[in-house]
Amino acid sequence: MTAAVAEHQRAGIRAIAGRIGLLGGLTIALLVALVFAAGHGQLDVPPSEVLGSLMHRIGLDIGPMPHHPQGENTLWQVRFPRVVMAALAGACLATAGALMQGVFGNPLAEPGVVGVSAGAAVAAATAIVFELTFAGTWTVAICAFIGGLVTTTLVYVMSRDGGRTEVVTLVLTGIAINAMTSAGLAFLMFLGDTQAREEIVFWTLGSLNGSRWQYVGVVFPMALVGIAAAMYLAPKLDLLALGDRAARHVGVDVERLRMSTIVVVAVLTAAAVAFCGIISFIGLIVPHLIRMVAGPGHRLLVPASALGGAVLLVLADLWARTLVAYADLPIGMLTALVGGPFFFWLIRRARRTAGGWA
Amino acid sequence: MTVLSTRGLSVSFDGHPILTDVDLDIRGGELVVLVGPNGAGKTTLLGVLSGDVDPSGGKVTLDDKVLASYAARELARKRAVQLQKQGLAFGFRVHEVVRMGRSPWHRTEREDDDDRVVAESMERADVTDLADRLYPTLSGGEQARTSFARLLAQETPVLMLDEPTAALDIRHQESLLAVARSAAQAGAAVVVVLHDLSLAAAYADRICVLSRGRVRANGSPTDVLTSALLTEVYEHPVEVITHGGNLLVVPVRSRVTTETSTETEEVRCATPWPHA
Repeated sequence: MTAAVAEHQRAGIRAIAGRIGLLGGLTIALLVALVFAAGHGQLDVPPSEVLGSLMHRIGLDIGPMPHHPQGENTLWQVRFPRVVMAALAGACLATAGALMQGVFGNPLAEPGVVGVSAGAAVAAATAIVFELTFAGTWTVAICAFIGGLVTTTLVYVMSRDGGRTEVVTLVLTGIAINAMTSAGLAFLMFLGDTQAREEIVFWTLGSLNGSRWQYVGVVFPMALVGIAAAMYLAPKLDLLALGDRAARHVGVDVERLRMSTIVVVAVLTAAAVAFCGIISFIGLIVPHLIRMVAGPGHRLLVPASALGGAVLLVLADLWARTLVAYADLPIGMLTALVGGPFFFWLIRRARRTAGGWA
Repeated sequence: MTVLSTRGLSVSFDGHPILTDVDLDIRGGELVVLVGPNGAGKTTLLGVLSGDVDPSGGKVTLDDKVLASYAARELARKRAVQLQKQGLAFGFRVHEVVRMGRSPWHRTEREDDDDRVVAESMERADVTDLADRLYPTLSGGEQARTSFARLLAQETPVLMLDEPTAALDIRHQESLLAVARSAAQAGAAVVVVLHDLSLAAAYADRICVLSRGRVRANGSPTDVLTSALLTEVYEHPVEVITHGGNLLVVPVRSRVTTETSTETEEVRCATPWPHA
């Protein structure tokens, strides 16, 4: 018996070491990706100069300043807000995906796939077309949040049955929701003037072009609150994997947990969608990869997904703006291009392992 | 001491009565087995006792407090439940699933015992060898034993098990009920739904026979398990015999001759694809 306890303690220590290793590794990867991505583009700034510029800005006289006359400006006006925005949006989407999969008990749930991102985009487009400005820069974000909340609740109510959501029901609900939101977007484009139309198109494609510090200022607190809340909910989401009744038996207030998770998902999705548009599949791919490496425990899954999502979107955005010279490809297009096949593979796998459409 | 009690309990779904006027007391230190034919209301009664099903009438109390007034976490420190079917949405390992049973005690001083209790519970449910296996890859019986270990890990004074032996082999059926019984002897109130009446006879302190949503009989195995009562309740002739001090409940089988089996075979041949 004592040997078993000691064995478990050793396993516990290994688990903690693995946890620190994974989170530490992802943090380093994120920092490297940020510096590297900030330096790359039409005007190349070497990583040492990117670091130098950062150091000088915080008052440390270390490292070289950008040698190009426009270097400093490019970094601070265009690149830094853009890579920071990419990291925030990626973190939000991946965390929202991990939460949704936990609360739906289904590894295929994702804000883009089930139409939550599209719902948030419709609400945001409404704000643009009708030129709503009741809360300044925050207006679009608030509208996106409300849209996200309504759609998440809708998907949740429509697709759950007996404590779990079947793959077919979830995906079909997503199709229905996406159909309705496309109709909504089409109507808004019809109503809007040329400029509003262009903005809406930009949204449905998803892009980080035009990220500015003032937008980062809106997204950052939302991401911070959302991810912190997600970390708080994480341990209870493990128990939800047992199913509703069994989760209640081990002391989880299931309804309250679900409702709070839905609100958090809406906050995170809105944060990502408000200024970057619909970027799908990040919330599907990242948590899935993390689960393959670190297992399904949400205590590790949630923070690791946040970091992994940030890394992935920073790199995807770098790819989107450097793949074709002098062209800024829509990032939503790229993530969908890679995410679509991945989704196929997941569906096939879910079908095989669950012995049908469980 | 009565831990769990119902008075005038009734439940109906869609206006269809499932349980009618059930009075039941479950005391600490005893193992009560609920038996009855399909649709008698056993699982529903267990659902009411565990707080999952809201009764449409009557009263349920746990430790002299109305069951519905408990918060989820407070209730989870009082009673643990093993359901008939145990699903798991993600690929957690067995030891992780067992540890989930400890969650009601998080942030209390009993949390310090977690490692010991988890190890002991896995030992008692005989899943120590499976500790690092992925739960969804286990067989039905292994999953049931893992759920039993999770129930033990919760360390509650009330244990409820819904057909825990259904997927188990003979050895594990016996060992599971022996463990449940030792928990009762240590002071716990244990409620088990069983179909196997001989198994019920061997391990129960008290048997409650449900029939059509009512308590038909409630007492010690020797008082309750009589040929007359079981024949009436199950609508099938049932014999109760004593063998080596054990009560054995055996259905009377009239048609076991070779002639009859040939007949059924002929019938089957007449309609080879009944669902075609």
